[in-house]
Amino acid sequence: MRIAAGKRLAAFCLVAPLVVFLVLFFVWPLATMMSNAVSSPGAVQALPQTGEVLADWDRTSPPTADMQAALVEDLRAIEDDQTVGDITRQLNSAKSGFRTLMAKTVSAVREDTGPIDLVAIDKRWSQVPFWQAIAAATASPYTDRNLLAAVDLARSPTGEIVSLPDTRSANLAILQRTFVIAAGTTLACMLIGYPYAMVAASCTGWKRQAMLAAVLLPLWTSLLVRTAAWFILLQDSGLINRMLQALGIIDTPLALLFNRTGVIIAMTHVLLPFMVLPIFSVLIAIPSNLMPAAASLGANPLRAFWRVLLPLSLRGVVSGSLLVFMTSIGYYITPALIGGPTDQMISSVIAFYATGTANWGMAGALGIVLLVATIALYVVYDRLSSSEGQRA
Amino acid sequence: MMKPSRFFKMSAMLAGVLAVGMNAAAARDLTVVSWGGNFQDAQRKIFFEPFSKILGKPVLDESWDGGIGVITAKVKAGAPNWDVVQVESEELALGCADGLYEKIDWDKMGGEDKFLPSAVNECGVGHIVWTTALSYDADKLKTAPTSWADFWDTEKFPGKRGFRRGPKYALEFALMADGVKAEEVYDVLGTPEGVDRAFKKLDELKPNIVWWESGAQPLQLLSSGEVVMTTAYNGRISGINKTEGKNFQVVWPGSIYAVDSWVVLKDAENKDAAMDFIAFTSQPENQVKLPEYIAYGLPNKEAAASVPAELKKDLPTSPENLEGAIPLDVDFWVDNAEALTQRFNAWLAQ
Amino acid sequence: MTQPYIRFDKVTKAYGDFIVVEDLYLDIAKGEFVSLLGPSGSGKTTILMMLAGFEPPTRGAVIVDEKRIDQLPPHRRNMGVVFQSYALFPHMTVADNVAFPLEMRGVPKANRKQLVDRALDMVQLGTMADRKPSQLSGGQQQRVALARALVFEPAVVLMDEPLGALDKQLREQMQLDIRDLHKRLGLTIIFVTHDQSEALTMSDRIAVFNKGRIEQIGTPNEIYDHPTTRFVADFIGETNLLDGAIETSDANGLIVALPGNKRIRVAAGSGEATGAAVTVSLRPEKIRLNSDAGSENSLPVTILDSVYHGDHLRMVLDAQGTRLIAKADRRFGDLQPGSKAIASFDAADCWLVRS
Repeated sequence: MRIAAGKRLAAFCLVAPLVVFLVLFFVWPLATMMSNAVSSPGAVQALPQTGEVLADWDRTSPPTADMQAALVEDLRAIEDDQTVGDITRQLNSAKSGFRTLMAKTVSAVREDTGPIDLVAIDKRWSQVPFWQAIAAATASPYTDRNLLAAVDLARSPTGEIVSLPDTRSANLAILQRTFVIAAGTTLACMLIGYPYAMVAASCTGWKRQAMLAAVLLPLWTSLLVRTAAWFILLQDSGLINRMLQALGIIDTPLALLFNRTGVIIAMTHVLLPFMVLPIFSVLIAIPSNLMPAAASLGANPLRAFWRVLLPLSLRGVVSGSLLVFMTSIGYYITPALIGGPTDQMISSVIAFYATGTANWGMAGALGIVLLVATIALYVVYDRLSSSEGQRA
Repeated sequence: MMKPSRFFKMSAMLAGVLAVGMNAAAARDLTVVSWGGNFQDAQRKIFFEPFSKILGKPVLDESWDGGIGVITAKVKAGAPNWDVVQVESEELALGCADGLYEKIDWDKMGGEDKFLPSAVNECGVGHIVWTTALSYDADKLKTAPTSWADFWDTEKFPGKRGFRRGPKYALEFALMADGVKAEEVYDVLGTPEGVDRAFKKLDELKPNIVWWESGAQPLQLLSSGEVVMTTAYNGRISGINKTEGKNFQVVWPGSIYAVDSWVVLKDAENKDAAMDFIAFTSQPENQVKLPEYIAYGLPNKEAAASVPAELKKDLPTSPENLEGAIPLDVDFWVDNAEALTQRFNAWLAQ
Repeated sequence: MTQPYIRFDKVTKAYGDFIVVEDLYLDIAKGEFVSLLGPSGSGKTTILMMLAGFEPPTRGAVIVDEKRIDQLPPHRRNMGVVFQSYALFPHMTVADNVAFPLEMRGVPKANRKQLVDRALDMVQLGTMADRKPSQLSGGQQQRVALARALVFEPAVVLMDEPLGALDKQLREQMQLDIRDLHKRLGLTIIFVTHDQSEALTMSDRIAVFNKGRIEQIGTPNEIYDHPTTRFVADFIGETNLLDGAIETSDANGLIVALPGNKRIRVAAGSGEATGAAVTVSLRPEKIRLNSDAGSENSLPVTILDSVYHGDHLRMVLDAQGTRLIAKADRRFGDLQPGSKAIASFDAADCWLVRS
């Protein structure tokens, strides 16, 4: 027993760094992101009296003096600027204007210890929507606002879920576009990567090394440099267009920059290794006599490929596709530099909320939507490929 | 492929390097963060290196691309690894309201009255005045565009237009192109109808717009002829004219200027040295060297006055360039950036 | 021999300067079982690959049924190939594997099933149709490979050391099975092996290869009893190779003088000149041990070693400086190392081989 326990302890010690790493760099950030998306306890904690008063408010009638007094009391009680910042950010995200309104109000409240007429400080305090935002924020520390907004939905003042007009929010469209671009990149990687892996697997010695090195090369250069290089190559007066024109293939430059073609070209280049390597590793493990066997049994090269090599290397294609797809979903710099306005992907929206406005709730919510959509796709794919496997 | 054992060895080494790096951070030297490029090169020469000599210790410099989220994250995590950061005016306003910055000791800076009023803030000291303006390659355009209306006129000036991606500047310029007087732009934009009007005007130009994101991009777009006109930062324009012999021109009327400020992050380790550094850069004799490298205006009045005349004509702060130009309305964007960006993204996606 | 069905006409295969097969002439009749036997690197597999179409000949012609096939791609040659490691498709069931060549030939599904069942029954694997190859033993996989190579009734079946990976008992069983199928179906089989006993057991004819050339071709009997070269004599079975010189020749054969003043009579010999250096091959099982000396072909020997082999004793003998190996009957078990005896053999069992 003692020995067994000791062994177990040793085993645990061996995996402990991995567990710590996973918790610290995977589980914890993911959990934080998720909780940020659905909870914003700042207003509930910092504005207790206001919350109490607003709980009885019907959310449509004009704001009362009681509501104002409670808010003034609460604001006076807050000493920490960062707490004010948290509430303000939360409220401004729900209703534009809270930024300047709160700055004005907080300094006025701090200067004067007596009762204050908020409307005199700023007439916006007489408007219902501002109080609606506070009421929503103080009602519960949990909110579905971010999650709804991430998929172009919102709650009306009366609490029903309504969809935002497409002039106001386009997250779904951008999300859909993200998947389309990722799928396009995956397909392009597959079409280029498979034959490449086949040739590499059939080569030996330095030729194989050179082919693998060539495909790995983009991984060793910075993403920004690679993207900038593509920018130069693809532009109207760039190498590709000049060459095609010199060869007389085209008269006017092809539009390769600021559109989806360019984005997919550049992303395919960057992500090709993730497709080639898994396929390559599967291909070299396939016994070399299977293709001759198929030929000897009467299969022409195409049918031999279709019936033997492809099914056997499908595992590599699947894992390569998943790698490329998952990675391209998160792409941000390449579409930003090479793509046009309709090629921006969801990461740029997430980045805007995360670094641009510090609205981690929205960033987290969009992250969750992306995660869920990806997992759903994966499940569908897994189902398809496993039923495929049973059939074969 | 790398052998697993080698991979683990390398990971271990990497971890070691990281650990050493973290230790180094524990006794960190003064870290100044600016916006990179030739601007930061100039700052290094004029400010960072001389101040390092005075301090007797190295001054580290890093660059960033802005975003209040970055600063919020650093301060909230505690013990930020940056001390002094050059921020845009919105980041100054937002961060100051949220308590992300240390309060400035203005006596140390030489007193508030030595600075332009827009450069004085309880959390930040103005460092440069820069402008976003209509720019074009005078070697390529025969007739010079003079206004945002020209920018929108694709018959008179066929070709694509460069725009910074995002609602900021785009909406203001659209309204000016639609006939709104520069000084009334924010009044119009403050109403829902005004925002609609701006987006409607942008609709007209939408098929001809190339959107850029980083400050170096518009220069490249102009150089390659990808666009005939673009919005750009004036400092970059005069910079590339100097270094690459280009003939890019800036249209001053209708430009929007803003102030970038130094801030000290809350609870920064080298807070005192950081304040000294800001004071150093604010001294007129130091600040006046900047326009030799890059055409940004100086917030210290004495420094601004002593800039040589041939450099002055390129600065956003010279009186003739201020004609018809407006300051960025920080309050408007602080309130509306999020909602308008959302709408802008939706508009782009259509 | 009847009209040749397969003909290699001065075929050479070279990789750069490295010649694998040189100027090969080989005729094979329809329905014949021919083994290509030789050590590894002797070119026998290359010949098979050229026949199957995986390797084009560098020079010369490969002719099957009076048509040149060297330019025909493998999938149009209609030859069944059984590979060394079976080459079953791991993602298909046994039945799908066997149906594969039928599918490629556009045989309707309904007929396919019937043909597959018959082929699997033929190799006694009717019950394994739905299994994957990985669920079968080596011998079973071999049978599937066999069924797959036979199911489309190919003109020629090529087998590349198909039994190499099986254990001895299974190998012997499979040898008989293949032999049986050959007879029953009248197949033309080219069988590559480096195992001489396998070749002897199964073949109608054996072609012994060495360094890209045929050393000797003939029936197992001819190859074993009358090897023409030292290489063949040595490679096929065990033999004593005695170097000597021809002393006299007469109507009854030759007298060969061996070192140490020994003389042996060799029954057959064709016009070798007196004094010529020759090598005599003498199979160990042809040596008899006696106590008294006969007239001719009996040498006094000292027993150096005697090893029990079950059905016989393997003895190492010293005949006055010449080492001999003999397979002796078990009744000589009491002959201890060091004891003397007389080794005698028939002149007809002595055979001259070329060096």
